[in-house]
Amino acid sequence: MTQIKLPIYLDYSATTPVDPRVVEAMIPYLTEHFGNPASRSHSYGWAAEAAVENARTEVARLVNCDAKEIVWTSGATESDNLALKGAAQFYKTRGKHIITVKTEHKAILDTCRELEREGFEVTYLPVKENGLIDLDQFKAALRPDTILVSVMMVNNEIGVIQDIPTIGALCRANGTIFHVDAAQATGKVDIDLAVLPVDLMSFSAHKTYGPKGIGALYIRRKPRVRLEAQMHGGGHERGFRSGTLATHQIVGMGECYRLAREEMAQENPRIRALRDRLWNGLKDMEEVYLNGDMVARVPTNLNVSFNFVEGESLIMAIKDLAVSSGSACTSASLEPSYVLRALGRNDELAHSSIRITMGRFTTEEEIDYAIKLLREKVAKLRELSPLWEMYKDGVDISSIEWAAH
Amino acid sequence: MAYSTKVLDHYENPRNVGTFENGDTQVGTGMVGAPACGDVMKLQIKVNDKGVIQDARFKTYGCGSAIASSSLVTEWVKGKTLDEAMTIKNTDIAEELALPPVKIHCSILAEDAIKAAVSDYKQKHGK
Repeated sequence: MTQIKLPIYLDYSATTPVDPRVVEAMIPYLTEHFGNPASRSHSYGWAAEAAVENARTEVARLVNCDAKEIVWTSGATESDNLALKGAAQFYKTRGKHIITVKTEHKAILDTCRELEREGFEVTYLPVKENGLIDLDQFKAALRPDTILVSVMMVNNEIGVIQDIPTIGALCRANGTIFHVDAAQATGKVDIDLAVLPVDLMSFSAHKTYGPKGIGALYIRRKPRVRLEAQMHGGGHERGFRSGTLATHQIVGMGECYRLAREEMAQENPRIRALRDRLWNGLKDMEEVYLNGDMVARVPTNLNVSFNFVEGESLIMAIKDLAVSSGSACTSASLEPSYVLRALGRNDELAHSSIRITMGRFTTEEEIDYAIKLLREKVAKLRELSPLWEMYKDGVDISSIEWAAH
Repeated sequence: MAYSTKVLDHYENPRNVGTFENGDTQVGTGMVGAPACGDVMKLQIKVNDKGVIQDARFKTYGCGSAIASSSLVTEWVKGKTLDEAMTIKNTDIAEELALPPVKIHCSILAEDAIKAAVSDYKQKHGK
């Protein structure tokens, strides 16, 4: 058996390691090809520009769009900001209503809050118990003055995949601009922008084995989508986003998207088998709950609640596993995950959840180690838990009047 | 977040985990916190005829600092009279465990648990 390196990294939805092949592709653009891609007067600039355009083509090929529809940004958060603020500000004379979803990433929710301060009206749609949008509810929320809809393709916490084709078709019929955050989707879900009725799509490199600090925004040309630029300067990226291009980062993103396109068909079934192995190794435990739909879900994600065990203490107990807690106690806010709350999970279950996300470098040995450790530590913490004791004694915990503190 | 050695020690080797037998009149039980807040502590004290706490047990649902705080107070209350136990302050617990500011509520909860257990005992004995 191979030696397992501890802690085992199972937090691929937070970020992925950069694939060594990507690193190799990037390095020459920090050393010999260091030119500014905007330099038109010498070969240093030309070499850099050629690399940037090649990477743009690679990004476009993964999602089947035209390279001219791709604008570089610093990451998905910036892409989300540019898409939402840019479209809202450009189309505000048509209406001031925006629709998004309660389980979106903070990059969307906080941007929407900012747009509310600017006078826009935002509807935050609830989701069903499985984390998916109720399409009838969505249809009912669309209004003649709805100028913009933003729905993520894959949820970062629970990994569920929204019905983007249907939502997009409804937006089209309503003359509404449709933005999709696909940061967690690339390399895991097939994306075909020639078919998908999507106007704007955000991408990130570091969730797909590329470097941090680089992302892109897809801006549809037919029918043409307009945006107000949020970053002003030298007019780079056709005026959509000024700032000297980070050639080496862009090369890294192009390379990691190329690898995703070529390898995802083989890679995803392998990862799905690991994820299913993990779930099969846990699901027979008492009071274990899977969060989010198991079918409409990326193969890399497992989000589980171990009832009567608090998430932060569990993370502490399984310190050999680098995973993420659904409870945000660690960030000092003491709020359980807003995503799990939106699924209707009660506070105990929301506090008791962990997100395990795996990927390209995860092995079967690592998954088996994780199963063993989780079973052992959950049992130990339950021995410590007064809630588990009450549950075992048949006490209905929800019937108790707890004093909030 | 980095935990102090003392928190880790109590967390890895919690002292006096458990529950006393139901219906023992010598026992006072305090249950504080709420699942919604991510912390529930149950502290039990066993008091002898002289009014001295001779034994204690706890169970805690919560983060590592909450578990450590309750484990620590089970050690501290032993050998103390009820009045002495009431003088244990959350600041003492926080200092002993070197709790960071975001975890101070764990020590407050542990102090509350002592008070709740003592008051339960006194109530049972009509004091």
